[in-house]
Amino acid sequence: MKYVLLFVDTEQFASDLEAMGEAERARAYERVHQWFAEHADKIRGGSKLQSPETATTVRLEGGDPVITDGPFVEGKEVVSGYTEIEVSDLDEALRMVKTWPGCPVVEIRPLES
Amino acid sequence: MRPASDASHAELARVVREHAGRLAASLMRVTGDFATAEDLVQDAVLAALQHWPVEGIPDRPDAWLFTVARRRGLDVLRRESNYRTKLAQLQWPVQPEPDERLRLIFTCCHPALPQAAQIALTLRVVCGLTTAQIARAFLVRESTVAQRITRAKRKITEAGIPYRIPDAEDLTERLTEVLTVIYLLLNEGYLSTAAHAESRDLVDDAEWLAALLHQLIPTEPEVAGLLALIRLHRARVAARFDSEGGLVLLRDQDRSLWDRVAITDAARLLTRAARQRRPGPYQLQAAIVACHAEAERWEDTDWQQIVLLYDMLLHLAPSPVTRLHRAIALRYTAGPQAAMSELDNLADTLDSYHLYHATRADLLRELGQPDRGRAADRRALELTANPAEQAVLQQRITWT
Repeated sequence: MKYVLLFVDTEQFASDLEAMGEAERARAYERVHQWFAEHADKIRGGSKLQSPETATTVRLEGGDPVITDGPFVEGKEVVSGYTEIEVSDLDEALRMVKTWPGCPVVEIRPLES
Repeated sequence: MRPASDASHAELARVVREHAGRLAASLMRVTGDFATAEDLVQDAVLAALQHWPVEGIPDRPDAWLFTVARRRGLDVLRRESNYRTKLAQLQWPVQPEPDERLRLIFTCCHPALPQAAQIALTLRVVCGLTTAQIARAFLVRESTVAQRITRAKRKITEAGIPYRIPDAEDLTERLTEVLTVIYLLLNEGYLSTAAHAESRDLVDDAEWLAALLHQLIPTEPEVAGLLALIRLHRARVAARFDSEGGLVLLRDQDRSLWDRVAITDAARLLTRAARQRRPGPYQLQAAIVACHAEAERWEDTDWQQIVLLYDMLLHLAPSPVTRLHRAIALRYTAGPQAAMSELDNLADTLDSYHLYHATRADLLRELGQPDRGRAADRRALELTANPAEQAVLQQRITWT
């Protein structure tokens, strides 16, 4: 089964990351790289996203498209990246995500087959 | 064929429960599709509940259910030629099959499903309850239960929730999820006074599930602990309600009505589990109930031991409700004033919990403040929807 992992950042996580020293932050990034390396056989692609301030949202629901700056939901939790994975079932995806060393929230969403 | 009558309602439920889960497991093996297997089992159960009260329970209920499910399956799966072929090839009796109900249970109680759906699915698939029976037991609309089931089944398929026993590393965590479902059934059934024939005794299902789980995973002490807890409750059920259906408090219960043999058996089960030296919340709760159950008279209750067990329970699973129960025990070891101070610490967290106010009421009376006691009872009365509890509180407000 294919799933997309949506990585979600919180304000707390962002400020924690900022407060880290250079070396500590490098170690945090290293742990994330390592996680990707360990699961390389299941990962089918994905990317880190630019910060939510860079987002542009277009609403097409009533008549003319309305263009606004910012993400489609304003909140304390923002999607900061995604990865597509291919695993046998939800349990395998869960096991993978439980060891994720980065941002504090991850949504697992199955892809339509 | 055995003739069925009103009295065999319980027998009917028992037979259905004994076979529904096994049927679900064999259909799972044929179709590999949880939603389909589940639908077919439900159809077969409904057919059984329609036919058996009239025609009697067949000598081989499993073969009967299987035949109905198979026939229905061939009908329903007209378009799915793959299932159809497999189902058509299947004859009764099939080879003796390993008991795969454990897989069913773990799928039904998967943490990716909402708790209400876990409960409804487990009752339907593993225990063979109908949607209507579940709705009646939980006092919700039938359409609500049906919707929960449909959504859960869709999620199982679309989100790839597996049909298997979790790996060793996840087993403890996933088992906790299953035990929670059984514990909630116990709680739901525990306070219900409903004894009329049409209503399902959820405690019965809880005990059956715990016993099944204990048989399938005999090495897990918490499973044994929960089973002992349920049996200790059931052993004393005859004394919990008076002839008018009113709730009788533990202190006032006629202990000669307790089933001493069942209590001894449950205590023995608990002792065997404790030998593994892997304590857990269910073993500790069962041990506390055993302290009460083994006391010949209210005066013989070993409150020191009970307070100690609550301390251990709080250490493993801190919760304000457990602290409240510890405070009640503390009253008998350290006096009402000590219990009251402990209660004061819980005022903020438990203000909307009726037992908090009922306990305060009791202590206030003992401390010579009957007016404040009545006020606390009135607050408790506002907060409980359970008729049996309401009656006890109303009586206390009137008479003390």
